[in-house]
Amino acid sequence: MALKLLWLQGLSCNGNAHSFFNVPDMAGVLREFAFIYHPLLPCEATLEEVSGGDFSPDVLIVEGALRRDGVPRGDEEALTLITRYAKQAKWVVCAGQCAVFGGIFRLNEPDKIAGALYAGQERGGFLDAFEKKIINLPGCPVHPEWLLFTLRMLALGTVPRLDDLRRPVELYGYTVHEGCLRNEYFEWKVDAKDFGAKEGCLFYEQGCRGPYTRGSCNKILWNGVNSKTRAGMPCIGCTEPDFPAERLFETETLMSIPARLPLEVPKRAYLTLTGMAKAFRIPRLTRRKFGEEEP
Amino acid sequence: MKKELKKEARRGQIMETALSLFAQKGFYATTIPDIAKKMDMSVGNLYNYFPSKEALAQEIIRYVSTMLGETIHEINESALTTKEKIRRIVRFYFGLCEERPELIEFFLRVYLANREVFHDGCEGMICVAPFMTEIMVFFEEGVRAGDLRNQDFFSAFGLFMGYLGGMAFLNGERILPKNLESYADEIADNIYGALKA
Repeated sequence: MALKLLWLQGLSCNGNAHSFFNVPDMAGVLREFAFIYHPLLPCEATLEEVSGGDFSPDVLIVEGALRRDGVPRGDEEALTLITRYAKQAKWVVCAGQCAVFGGIFRLNEPDKIAGALYAGQERGGFLDAFEKKIINLPGCPVHPEWLLFTLRMLALGTVPRLDDLRRPVELYGYTVHEGCLRNEYFEWKVDAKDFGAKEGCLFYEQGCRGPYTRGSCNKILWNGVNSKTRAGMPCIGCTEPDFPAERLFETETLMSIPARLPLEVPKRAYLTLTGMAKAFRIPRLTRRKFGEEEP
Repeated sequence: MKKELKKEARRGQIMETALSLFAQKGFYATTIPDIAKKMDMSVGNLYNYFPSKEALAQEIIRYVSTMLGETIHEINESALTTKEKIRRIVRFYFGLCEERPELIEFFLRVYLANREVFHDGCEGMICVAPFMTEIMVFFEEGVRAGDLRNQDFFSAFGLFMGYLGGMAFLNGERILPKNLESYADEIADNIYGALKA
């Protein structure tokens, strides 16, 4: 029996629903799972029917931030609808930053808008009662393959191992820094001076949050080919509770020292190693791969 | 074990002797035979401790840097205000100039003046890392506490250490009319005034 999925939205830009279309072999995935309802796909039921009916999904996928009222879905409030199906479902998968932490919508009305379990970095979401069945998949949007991985695990009757924010360790036990092709530039402190440069580390000059952002973007590539940091775009920390921060393309420094250091790296260790690395100039890393200019 | 401890102590004595000779006569005018003679040991035996004069000079700068770093680390870890920390660092530095002038002389006249000696093995700031790390921590935490104005590290560092180095130089040249330590608080206030948020 195919796992029965119900995809419901709170306040959302549809980003996660669209992103999910990028899974490899979408047609196969649609045969593998039974969508009761998805906002963008032809499905068994319409939103009106879901709202008026009782479909007992195996997995409720929640996309978007939640608000007590003012978000009509079918004949009722989104929160009422989502809460009713959260009770019925075996699992509630929060897909994307907004469903998990409240995201950009929460910043507009921090007192009224939140995610399922979290309001930003604090507890205080709308689906606390269902904590034990919630699996959080933050990201803006959630990586389509992370969502597919989670659904396939549940289809096999296996619950992914979760961390203390109820994120699968297999997906969020890494930092975005891990697997980044620019790691050698980070080690030797060679910074990318221009946006989009193929060479150089983005941490110091371009605001890259990879070293302290959890996610496996550089392990499970996007569309199987690339990641932000590999392409030359700094990681903007979209899986973290404080996303979106301001000035995403700038590295905040205090007396030239990055205000945020790689996860759990002590300041003195960072400064000592940085000083050592900066004492040397590695010609291979200071040349551009294409052309003669310095990175 | 006892033999190793003895060797370590002997190493320390050689470094102290070399330090005072380097500080007095400069790096190039001091020879290994000069150091050996003052230690009352043979030149050959001295080479059992240090392979070259350059290696000896590098070891000394690491030793000086570690000593400075340890004191600034203690000041950094204390509950003092940033203003008071500046005072403590300045007093410590000027105290050192009075009590162990050879350390400061070595730093200014050997390490900074003969960079080529420290090229291989002491690239960049590697040999002064313990000191640099703590001074960076001091500045970073001063900004974090809202006491110091956020700016480029070297702009702030140059103002602070350049000022102290300049005063130490004037003191070494016997140009200052008063004892160096009597300038400490006024200079600390000037540094704080220039760097505060």
